[in-house]
Amino acid sequence: MKKKFNYTKFMSEYAIIVIFFVMFIAMSIFAPNFLTTSNMTNVLRQVSINGICAVGMTFVMLTGGIDLSVGSILGVSGVLTAIMMLNGVNPVIASLVSLVLGTVIGYLTGQLISHIQIPPMIATLGTMTSLRGVAYLITGGTPIFGFNESYAVLGQGYWGFIPIPVIILVITFAIGIFFLTKTRISRYIYGVGGNEEVARLSGINVHKIKAIAYAVSGFCAALAGLVMLGRVNSGQPRAGEAYEMDVITAVVLGGVSLSGGTGKLSHVIFGVLIMGVLTNGMTMMAIDDYWQRVVKGIVLLLAVGFDRYIQKKQLIGSK
Amino acid sequence: MVNEEAIINEEVKGSDYILETRNIHKRFGGITALNGINLKVRRGEVHALVGENGAGKSTLIKLLTGAIVPSEGSIIFEGKEYKELNPSLAIELGITAIYQEFNLIPFLSVAENIYFGCEKMKNGLVDYAEMNRLTKELFKNFDLDIDPKATIQYMGVAQQQLVEIVKAISKNSKLIIMDEPSAPLTEKETETLHRIVRQLKEKKITVIYISHRLEEVFDICDRVTVLRDGNYISTNNVCDTNRDLLIADMVGRELRESYPRSDTKHDETVLEAIDITNSRLDHVSIRLHKGEILGLGGLVGAGRTELARAIFGADKIEGGKIILKGKEVKIKSPSDALNNSIALLPEDRKTQGVILGMDIKSNITLAIVKVISRFNILKSRLERKIVNSLVDDLSIKISSLQQPVKNLSGGNQQKVVLAKCLATKCDILIIDEPTRGIDVGAKQEIYKIMRRLADSGKSIIMISSEMEELIGMSDRIIVMREGKVTKELYPPEFSQEAILNYASL
Repeated sequence: MKKKFNYTKFMSEYAIIVIFFVMFIAMSIFAPNFLTTSNMTNVLRQVSINGICAVGMTFVMLTGGIDLSVGSILGVSGVLTAIMMLNGVNPVIASLVSLVLGTVIGYLTGQLISHIQIPPMIATLGTMTSLRGVAYLITGGTPIFGFNESYAVLGQGYWGFIPIPVIILVITFAIGIFFLTKTRISRYIYGVGGNEEVARLSGINVHKIKAIAYAVSGFCAALAGLVMLGRVNSGQPRAGEAYEMDVITAVVLGGVSLSGGTGKLSHVIFGVLIMGVLTNGMTMMAIDDYWQRVVKGIVLLLAVGFDRYIQKKQLIGSK
Repeated sequence: MVNEEAIINEEVKGSDYILETRNIHKRFGGITALNGINLKVRRGEVHALVGENGAGKSTLIKLLTGAIVPSEGSIIFEGKEYKELNPSLAIELGITAIYQEFNLIPFLSVAENIYFGCEKMKNGLVDYAEMNRLTKELFKNFDLDIDPKATIQYMGVAQQQLVEIVKAISKNSKLIIMDEPSAPLTEKETETLHRIVRQLKEKKITVIYISHRLEEVFDICDRVTVLRDGNYISTNNVCDTNRDLLIADMVGRELRESYPRSDTKHDETVLEAIDITNSRLDHVSIRLHKGEILGLGGLVGAGRTELARAIFGADKIEGGKIILKGKEVKIKSPSDALNNSIALLPEDRKTQGVILGMDIKSNITLAIVKVISRFNILKSRLERKIVNSLVDDLSIKISSLQQPVKNLSGGNQQKVVLAKCLATKCDILIIDEPTRGIDVGAKQEIYKIMRRLADSGKSIIMISSEMEELIGMSDRIIVMREGKVTKELYPPEFSQEAILNYASL
């Protein structure tokens, strides 16, 4: 039995990947020096910080939530690690403390959202604002320099020819994909996002699952903060400002539904890459930053619009 | 032919009927919800509409308010014939329905709600003083004292209902349809409602009054129409009929399908719920025996679903206890119930039973994720084995386990929910509406499965609003009304009349 190729069905599954390759080819043709090994490595390094955050954001968005606090957690994690190291704390321990703190903040935010029923957008808007304040308080508003220089490896180092941040990105994605396909928690997360009431009636502890999702997001944001710290080699209180929007854009491009329950982390990779290729390609074409913003916004609308159009077409086709 | 039609038209013009439905049919897909309804409502009367669950009352109201359009037939309002209505046309004509869920905006005041969309203006600004004054006057006409500035969300159900009625009058409604208006009210509030209905009648406003309480039909209505299974049965002056005759008209259904019965005796008690009480249940006690199918009968809103949810831990209980095989158990959440081997097949499969976008396999194992995993890792082979055997066992028709549940037919979706319950290896299965919205073939299959499960030693509590199914499947029936158990019936006493009698007031 030979299966007939179904264009709509194929596109509904792989639209974002197709869009990525079209864009990649277009950039290769029009952007000078885009398709070189060094530039490719560069693109990957540039997307690594957003990409790490996107993994956690995917967990949250699959439960039907959203996390605006990732940029601020990223910032706090960086400056906190920096200040601890400046005060003689071992870099490994300092990093671990920040990771734990990011996770705990996420977990508590998740509890606020599920128990007290503060809408996710508002709850994380609150933590976003407060934590940015904390980052400024820790640093007194000025960047922190002069800590252990070997920390730069995390952001600038290479393993063979692969940048360390890219390795961290790949590992984060690999673990994330493993958890979202092969483990018990995956069923709970998709279940809660798919229909909270059905999940509850199936004996799932909805509060706990939501809290875990935000904890994962907090952890990923804190990890991204450490990579950022290594890359700029200073604890910047402004680090990660407005990153949440780029991260959410990437995850939405990756096909994760805002209402939760559907989407694949493996496709989010392409959402992240589209953002990276777009920024890099436009920079290579010497398009100024203002125009880049305009284009990025339009790309988001077009990509999601196309996705919805295909989904709708498929729905009609199946009837 | 032509002459006949002319005569009929003549009759309508000369008649005192404000509303007539002529041979109205409504079909949803293959299911006929209304089958040639000829309802005639006189101007200025209070016309009761009664019938069992699923008789077609709601569908008929929706047609009259233009929410849906008839498949066949026409509606004649004040002598003018309409093939179909739409919501704005219905409002224009002066037809208003008051549903149990009110159409009021909770954050606005009484006056703002009443004049919503047609605010009184002065110099381009909303004239609140005038709106409040007019509202006060409207209520005064009915001897009601309601503060026009009160915010809707802080008002009780009864008061909100009165606001709805007054709003309808302020819009010059000629025909007000009330869908079980007395259901959420206390006795005293019901009296007020009855008084208002009588006053409406004095003002020559026609009322169609839908009620499950036959008592009040005789109290306030002039005529009563009975519907059954989408068919028009009878219209009588209330003074020419009585409670028994009405019930006989409402039931009179033949048992068409065959039901798998059991002749074993069931006397080993497995579950006892004693004095279960919460906001919707009033000291409800029931017993369930091993291997039996216990039917819960009653009208919609009688508290049957609430009882099921309370036993399953989906809703909180304020009092009472649950005894499982002689031991008291604390059930505070669905997961407690599942751990005690109680499963629930919920009333609405699309919003409570399955996750529509999720694949069949994950849906079936959603309640047993722990069983199919070790150290947090899913054991796909074990999962597939469990799912395949359930799919075979219940003969669920699917093209692959990865198919999303939303692509299945209603009957197969229901079987998926059943498979999900059975996957938990429960001893006690609560089934809320086993065959709602599924076709006849699938119904028979589900009946057979239920009987087979009971014969294999599982105990089943079945809630059913289909009289036929309730009588056909149950080994014992408990009838509920307004959050209380009103009667326990054994097979020789099973009859539609008996059940309906205990189910209605």
